[in-house]
Amino acid sequence: MSILDTHLLTLVTFLPLGAGLFLLALNAFVAVPSDLWRGVGIATTTLVFLLSVRLWVLFDPTATGYQFVEHMPWLPDWGVNYFMGIDGISLLLVMLTTFLMPIVLLAAWDDVKKSVPSFIFHNLFLQTGMIGAFLSLNLFQFYVFWEIMLIPMYFIIGVWGGPRRIYAAVKFFLFTMAGSLLMLVAALVLYYLHFDQTGALNLDLVRIPGVNDALPALLDTDVPLGGEAVWWKTQPWLFVAFALAFAIKVPMFPFHTWLPDAHVEAPTAGSVVLAGVLLKMGTYGFVRFAMPLFPVAALQFVPVIFTLALIGIVYGSLVAMVQSDVKKLIAYSSVAHLGFVLLGTFALNLEGLEGAVLQMVNHGLSTGALFLLVGMIYERRHTREIADFGGLTRVMPVFAVAFGVVTMSSIGLPMLNGFVGEFLILIGTFLADPVTGAVAASGVVLAAAYMLWMYRRIFFGPVTHEENERLVDLGLREKMIVVALIVPIVWIGVHPGTFLRRLDASVIELVRVMESRGADVASVNGGQTSASMAAEVAARLSPEQAQVALHREEGPR
Amino acid sequence: MVNGDIHTSDLLRLIPLFPLMGALIHGVMLGLARRSMPRRGVIAISCGAVILSFLTSILAVSELLGHPAESRALVDELFTWIGAGRFVAEASLLLDPLSAVMIVVVTGVGSLIHVYSIGYMDDDHRDDSGFQRFFCYLNLFTFSMLMLVLGDNLLVLFLGWEGVGLCSYLLIGFWYSDEWNAYCGSKAFIVNRIGDFGFLIGIFLLFAALAEVGHPTVAFGEIEASIGLISDRMVTMPWGGEWKLLTLIGLFFFVGAAGKSAQLPLYVWLPDAMAGPTPVSALIHAATMVTAGVYMVCRMNFLYAEAPGASAVIAWTGGLTALVAATIAVAQTDIKKVLAYSTVSQLGYMFLAAGCGGYSAAIFHLGTHAFFKALLFLGSGAVILAMHHEQDTDKMGGLARYIPKTHFVFGIGVLAIAGLPGFSGFFSKDEVLLSAFAADHIPGHTLLYGIGILTAVLTAFYMFRVHIRTFYGECRAPADVRSHIKEPADTVLVPLYVLAVLSAVAGLLSPPQLWGDLMGIANSNSLHHFLEPVLSHGAVHHVEHSTEWILVALAVSAFLIGGGLAYWMYMVNPGVPVRIRESLSGLHRAVVNKYWVDEFYDAALVKPLVVVSDRVLYRGVDVRGIDGIANGGAAAVRALAARGLKYAQTGLTQSYLFFMIVGTLAMLGWMLG
Repeated sequence: MSILDTHLLTLVTFLPLGAGLFLLALNAFVAVPSDLWRGVGIATTTLVFLLSVRLWVLFDPTATGYQFVEHMPWLPDWGVNYFMGIDGISLLLVMLTTFLMPIVLLAAWDDVKKSVPSFIFHNLFLQTGMIGAFLSLNLFQFYVFWEIMLIPMYFIIGVWGGPRRIYAAVKFFLFTMAGSLLMLVAALVLYYLHFDQTGALNLDLVRIPGVNDALPALLDTDVPLGGEAVWWKTQPWLFVAFALAFAIKVPMFPFHTWLPDAHVEAPTAGSVVLAGVLLKMGTYGFVRFAMPLFPVAALQFVPVIFTLALIGIVYGSLVAMVQSDVKKLIAYSSVAHLGFVLLGTFALNLEGLEGAVLQMVNHGLSTGALFLLVGMIYERRHTREIADFGGLTRVMPVFAVAFGVVTMSSIGLPMLNGFVGEFLILIGTFLADPVTGAVAASGVVLAAAYMLWMYRRIFFGPVTHEENERLVDLGLREKMIVVALIVPIVWIGVHPGTFLRRLDASVIELVRVMESRGADVASVNGGQTSASMAAEVAARLSPEQAQVALHREEGPR
Repeated sequence: MVNGDIHTSDLLRLIPLFPLMGALIHGVMLGLARRSMPRRGVIAISCGAVILSFLTSILAVSELLGHPAESRALVDELFTWIGAGRFVAEASLLLDPLSAVMIVVVTGVGSLIHVYSIGYMDDDHRDDSGFQRFFCYLNLFTFSMLMLVLGDNLLVLFLGWEGVGLCSYLLIGFWYSDEWNAYCGSKAFIVNRIGDFGFLIGIFLLFAALAEVGHPTVAFGEIEASIGLISDRMVTMPWGGEWKLLTLIGLFFFVGAAGKSAQLPLYVWLPDAMAGPTPVSALIHAATMVTAGVYMVCRMNFLYAEAPGASAVIAWTGGLTALVAATIAVAQTDIKKVLAYSTVSQLGYMFLAAGCGGYSAAIFHLGTHAFFKALLFLGSGAVILAMHHEQDTDKMGGLARYIPKTHFVFGIGVLAIAGLPGFSGFFSKDEVLLSAFAADHIPGHTLLYGIGILTAVLTAFYMFRVHIRTFYGECRAPADVRSHIKEPADTVLVPLYVLAVLSAVAGLLSPPQLWGDLMGIANSNSLHHFLEPVLSHGAVHHVEHSTEWILVALAVSAFLIGGGLAYWMYMVNPGVPVRIRESLSGLHRAVVNKYWVDEFYDAALVKPLVVVSDRVLYRGVDVRGIDGIANGGAAAVRALAARGLKYAQTGLTQSYLFFMIVGTLAMLGWMLG
């Protein structure tokens, strides 16, 4: 493999920031025109997407554990290392990020007029932060990327946002920050516990043979369940601290109120990235850190999380139903959709977990697309009030078709992406706990109610506002954006196997790690152990594929 | 269940593929091209696709018939659609006798209605691309419906199930500029979703139970093979009672069926669905989509055979729906509304039969109903075209003089549905009523039979009533309309003729054995025998021929009484209806207003939900509650800061960051200390 391939993760992560810094430096000498900034931004993010496609191709879906691992000492005395690695779960989320960013920048071409260089730079910076967080395998490094993301997002909302942008940006910052601080404290406690047990200072999450096997990693720490330990050094409290940070980001009821404000005030690009990627940081944090680190506590909290997720689904849907602002409606629908993701995650069986990861991607695509479409109409009419529209199908037929397809994807219509994720989540949840699964299924009815009601009020009926008569339908640039988003929406809906098969090994590994750390996962997920999951997956492989997998097991490491 | 070998056939995928291609071509053009396709191109693609699909269906069915009865099943496996852990749903199609009947009806009637639509939608260029949009949806519908009936497992069926729901939504609201149409479309989708909610839970319950015994599957054949493993499962209900698990599952499935097939209490969307163009009412809301629930119950007959409680509920729901809808139809004046309630009522008949174990009777009635109800709707469409989009029979009358051809074919439809001996509806209705009469295992089955007969009287009555009020007597249309009434174009008339022939004679293809014996045909009930391998769990009843003749006599009298009464009231003594209306004004008002069911749902469910969501959840919990606490906390801190800590509030991010780090470290120090 060339050096390019061995450091692919670093390249994918830092290329955007590098390009941004280069332009910034260049700007110091010559004034770089806005269009060049835009062009370079789109070119860079497109290149990053192509690199991540290479990542996708080279990724081995049958291998267990992390791939493309890079490990370098950073502050080795403190156990802080530069530690990157990817598995099926982060692969999907990285793909989602790299896919959305060029689209977002393309959509902002006409939208953002104010301080373009700064806007492009913040977006590139944000992309590095997001990808870095998805790929970090060192807790400190993760925390750095996690916090870094806040800064560009804060500015994107605060500078390019709507009239109440300062309030929204500060609210976003404070809510997230409050959670992060709890996580930081818990991380430091964990650091201390690890040191106490092993005598080593190390913040690497996992130990990989031949990479960082000198010191025990955090997942080797035995976190006490209670008994002798001081209360705040026990699994439940540490889990709660991590979980709060992630729950605020998701956002889970009742920590969700920053989201509608942030969405309404953020510019289109901000809303898309926020809904598309940033919210997934929360659910990803559960999967990558909170659950494997504190598995017994995670199981204990399943009833709490199920309850809050159910409230999120029903409450989010009901509140979405009565919104008059399109963006607010979509924001509350996100609360409901992410409730589904949490259910699937904590169902802890293959069906639920794979559905949940897929649904993270689905929500990114569908809700991202919805915000982009809302942005297109906002550019034309400078309003997002549902009451200001009506009858748009006649004036903007192409726009209506695009919005319709995305609406259906959001409602979970079969053959589009949302159905696959939602269905797997529901079946996984049902296997874990039938009553929870049944209540969650009511979200299917409610989603149809609020989405179709919105669609009807915007697109059907007569054109009641004079201004809407002169609206221009989508242009070429906008059509490109729409088509780019509808392709994966249909792909996942018709052939989700492309994506699900890359999750099998990673999801089973997650459950195996939890089991090995003392959690009886089978007691909450409907009776599935990691071994029986592996057997199921193997049974579904064709004989030739099984042969290849077997060969790999036996082959040299 | 089919016991013999299962054959594979690549032919099956072509059947839904043609209409899908049609829909995609139109969809991409509508989405991206500047101008819509010329009219002729649209017709060639759409009608061509459905007719090709029909011909392929005939080929596939004849291949199926080439196999011996016990191994009549063709399978076409495409790829794994959704697979994760225990859950695997293949994208796989199955052609067996049951789906064979369905695809022939769907593509056959579908082709006729596509052709009819050429003429019907012709002068309907309310917007530039309307014509193409209409055919795009119609093709998409045909695709979805074919997936529904060809699906080899519950998931592919559900795909079609949701797909037809989408198309129904799009087509009801086809003329979207009218707010009412759009409202009706949404209402249909959402009420259907309530049914789907039940259907989904049924699928989950079934899958979870099968997973527990080590056979996780959603494929029909595999479910049937392992249903015995869970047939004695009991579940404790929240109120303490013990229920059979399969009964519970069967009931949840039926909630889905009741939504799609417009049964009590979820029927409310279907009458409003008449807001769509009339070919849509004929294809989707009479002949095909609304029968999907009946098809599903029949498809799952092996489950319902083990769930007697659920079957009884289905039979009674069907019977009561048949009666209630028929009473509402009696007082409607809108020609399409009469037909809509009539459809609800006839679907009730089908469920009555299916619940009583007469699955082949249900499918028989499904088929004949597809013919005569499509005929009636298309006929009413011809009337509506002639009357320049007037649907109220109060403004018609005497049209037989102006449009004799339409009058003639509509009349055949009326006779078929009312049950003139020899016509298709007569035989199939007889089978339905017979299965109710003979269903000893259903509590109160004799009463159900009585309800069925009463409904038959009402059916004959309201159909004759609408026929008389439309075609006979004085013409009540304004003079300017009257001078323009003319027969529709040939593309409209030809499908009507075909359907009229089918409505009249289709029953003779499979007359009950009673008539077969009379005519000297052994196994005359050919449809029943054809379907036998799939519907093998149906009830077997033995009714003496002498008893059966009495039942036939009752059915014939129902036809005569209902029809005669209508003739007497609307032809001989036109004053009678007025007097009845006056003396029974309360009852009349209730019936005309459809017993205020819609108003009740609105006041009891929809309004409270919206008000609570807005006032309590959004304004209460979200804005005042959570944000109140968050902002209140912030305000308190600010107040504190203003008094004592104002020097800390420098407005500099760096200093905030500094204090934040110090604070964290202090907290940590306290914890570790």
